[in-house]
Amino acid sequence: MNPPPLVRDLIRATSRQAVLWRKEDLLLYEYDALSALRQPEAVVFPTSTQEVVRVIRVAARHGLPVIPRGAGTGLSGGATVAERGIVVGFSRMNKMIEIDLENQRARVQPGVVNLDLSAAVSDAGYYFAPDPSSQKACTVGGNVAENSGGPHTLAYGVTTNHVLGLEVVLPDGNVVHTGAKFWDRPGYDLTGLLVGSEGTLGIVTEITVRLSRLPEAVNTLVAIYDRVSDATQTVAAITARGITPAALEMMDGFTLRAVEAATHAGYPTDSAAVLLIEVEGLREAVEEQTKTIEAVCREHSAREIRRARSAEERALLWKGRKNAFGALGRIAPNYYVQDGVIPRTRLPEMLEYTAEVEKKYGLRIGNIFHAGDGNLHPLIMFDARDPSQCDRVSRAAKDLMVKCVEMGGSITGEHGVGVEKNELMPLLFSDDDLAMLRRIKEVFNPSGLLNPGKVLPTGKICGELRVLASVGA
Amino acid sequence: MSTGALDVKDPEKHAASAPPAAGREPPEWKYYSKCIHCGLCLNACPTYRVLGVEMDSPRGRIYQMIQVERGRLPVGEAYVRHIDLCLNCRACETACPSGVEYGRLVEAARSEIERLYKRPYLSRWARKMFLEQLLPHPHRLEAAGRLLRAFQRSGLERAVLASRLLKIVPGRMDAIARLAPRMEKPFFTARLGQTVPAQGRQRYRVALFAGCIANLAFAGVNEATVRVLTRQGCEVIIPKTQGCCGALHVHAGLRDVARQLAQANITAFAQAPVDAIITNAAGCGAVLKEYPMLFERVGAEWHEPAEKFSARVRDVTEFLAAIDDNHAFAPLKARATYQDPCHLLHAQRVREAPRQLLAAIPGLELVELKETEICCGSAGIYNVTQNAMAEALLQAKMRRIDETGADIILTANPGCLLQLRAGIAQSQRTGRRVMHVVELLDQVSRQPGRSPTTK
Repeated sequence: MNPPPLVRDLIRATSRQAVLWRKEDLLLYEYDALSALRQPEAVVFPTSTQEVVRVIRVAARHGLPVIPRGAGTGLSGGATVAERGIVVGFSRMNKMIEIDLENQRARVQPGVVNLDLSAAVSDAGYYFAPDPSSQKACTVGGNVAENSGGPHTLAYGVTTNHVLGLEVVLPDGNVVHTGAKFWDRPGYDLTGLLVGSEGTLGIVTEITVRLSRLPEAVNTLVAIYDRVSDATQTVAAITARGITPAALEMMDGFTLRAVEAATHAGYPTDSAAVLLIEVEGLREAVEEQTKTIEAVCREHSAREIRRARSAEERALLWKGRKNAFGALGRIAPNYYVQDGVIPRTRLPEMLEYTAEVEKKYGLRIGNIFHAGDGNLHPLIMFDARDPSQCDRVSRAAKDLMVKCVEMGGSITGEHGVGVEKNELMPLLFSDDDLAMLRRIKEVFNPSGLLNPGKVLPTGKICGELRVLASVGA
Repeated sequence: MSTGALDVKDPEKHAASAPPAAGREPPEWKYYSKCIHCGLCLNACPTYRVLGVEMDSPRGRIYQMIQVERGRLPVGEAYVRHIDLCLNCRACETACPSGVEYGRLVEAARSEIERLYKRPYLSRWARKMFLEQLLPHPHRLEAAGRLLRAFQRSGLERAVLASRLLKIVPGRMDAIARLAPRMEKPFFTARLGQTVPAQGRQRYRVALFAGCIANLAFAGVNEATVRVLTRQGCEVIIPKTQGCCGALHVHAGLRDVARQLAQANITAFAQAPVDAIITNAAGCGAVLKEYPMLFERVGAEWHEPAEKFSARVRDVTEFLAAIDDNHAFAPLKARATYQDPCHLLHAQRVREAPRQLLAAIPGLELVELKETEICCGSAGIYNVTQNAMAEALLQAKMRRIDETGADIILTANPGCLLQLRAGIAQSQRTGRRVMHVVELLDQVSRQPGRSPTTK
């Protein structure tokens, strides 16, 4: 079978080994960690910025959209094909071009795996701060596209707070550089605009990131509660004391039992909730803050407070937390993870509401929060073999998102909008707001060929979570 | 939506169709539906790390299996290529948060490939000769070993390798020929049927699983194992009628042959009551511990005996680390590093035992090897069947090994030993040794009391 003209052009733009076009290969690019949508017309793996430029030009010539893809670990369908197009995979653009420890920065290609970057500089006492739970597989490019967070977002911010500059290929094939190797370059903050744009404004081909110093001391605490409300009230109480822990996570009893069965990290399975709290910094300060936090936890009826005694114990607690979604995957045939944000002071109220939603739709919902910054991950358990359950899941998820917005929060904290929540954007943005976003998109992406069908509402389905309707494998 | 979204449609069709037609052992819904396609396995997968494509990732391979079950993908050249290229190292199982038993799935997929797919003639013939006509038959294997030994010792092998003869043969015969294990003298086969008494007071009685090729090419490792065990107060029984463990057959999808081998071993080791059945080969140990899986869907009457057998199997490092503390090792001044065999680390989940033993050797500096959880490319006969990928993995491994500055490179599986030896043979740096952990322990373990006592 001879390759079609599009494929021949892509091969000329890159190399024979860089292009997938056979049916049996394209099948594997219809999904990411969210779901399966459509197959691309081709997948191409460039190895340099120049190849990306040539690929973009081929795509433009053929009038085909371009969908960038890192490791495909995203949870909003950003790397899936919404309509048609060419998937540009960055798994082979994974070089760390320059590591400049003296100036605490590194220049990397988008396909570098998040944790590999930290591992490469950890011996010297540095790390890359954004730590999404998928960090052992997800790429820095994907983190930039989705503006990923993680448990340590509370103290260190999200990806955008750690990106200094970008090299970006625009749809016309021009290569532009934003930001700099240092903070605060004059002019518009285009780096800030591009981070989190989910591949709809440009294709990032190089990223200059800030490296952070590993802290001198770390304390990891597990506070155990018999009542969920005591745990949620502790969260606001800790920050009210002027302490910002590096991480402040909450898991409810239902989630804990699944996590413990999967990881054996030592979480108590008989409790109603735990807070996983991490304090980092200078040794003396860490000790003092730890004592204050322990006192606050006790004031709020924590049954027990444990400290990780070793780096191994600490790593195990975090492994449990970071594998939590997967752990829940063991106990029900399917789950749907949501990603909403509320002010952390309203956590108790939100949990009550979640319980109502559970009852209303007859679904079990596990609760995992990046509690410190009010980022919720309700996990709705279901069995997709039952279509009526799918429908209920979709409605329950939407109810939760609406509530987040009502409370002054957002429909996504870190997973991105993608194809999942673009139709929910009007909940957050007025028509004028959305028009502004559209105008910006048109400046960068006038042809609309960059990752179409993501972020902004298409208007095809009104105000719905699209995902459950589009599971199509 | 997350989880199972990719395989939720109409699972009853597959689940309810069980049991499948006689002898069919395809991947089962109850196992593959656990995969939530989160992708956390990707960077743990050696082939994905090299190629960067979904088809050669664990998530992608499971997805392909599901599509085959659903009839969306044929059992054709592409599918077989991607499933074949899997090392079955099972690093993805360690990475997986959802507890997907990938090894079980890929082994099932391969049994279906054996049933449905006709390989090219030469490949079929070679597989049949090696896996079905040679390995299961100790006498033929030994005869072949004698021939190979004569060839190696006559200097002919060196002459052939030095000549350009193999370079003109298609394929990668030249590279592959260099991987042939060196036949040792004497073979360990003479030991089969013997019982070796404990030195000093007998504390345990164990049975040694000696392997098949290991008897010929790793006789020294087997002897070292016996010495270390007897010095620790073990009487070592070496059952006569034992044979190949069948790991390569399970990995190749030849489940019927594997079952016959398993039955022979279960019978051979059923005779004497022992505290443990010891193996020094991680690849063998993994399958020995999983014999019950072979009798889940076929030959159910063997399931219980298999469970009894498997419950007693221990890797030699696992056993030594667990018995009463008696590790009075002689000091050894050296810098060493340890490469985890995949089938010890990922399949058997034994990580600490070898490290504990090595840490007990005074003076030995153990440098942790970065990416030790990534396969070295040996993977049974993978370095022969998939030589190019194996070579790429070996190069990456050697770079990490070089970083450690170690003089002694330790591992705990014959296949890994061969591969790493090939690695240092190509290397510019000289004076490095590749050893099995138990060989090093043999060097530093003292004999208890006076001379060996007979019981």
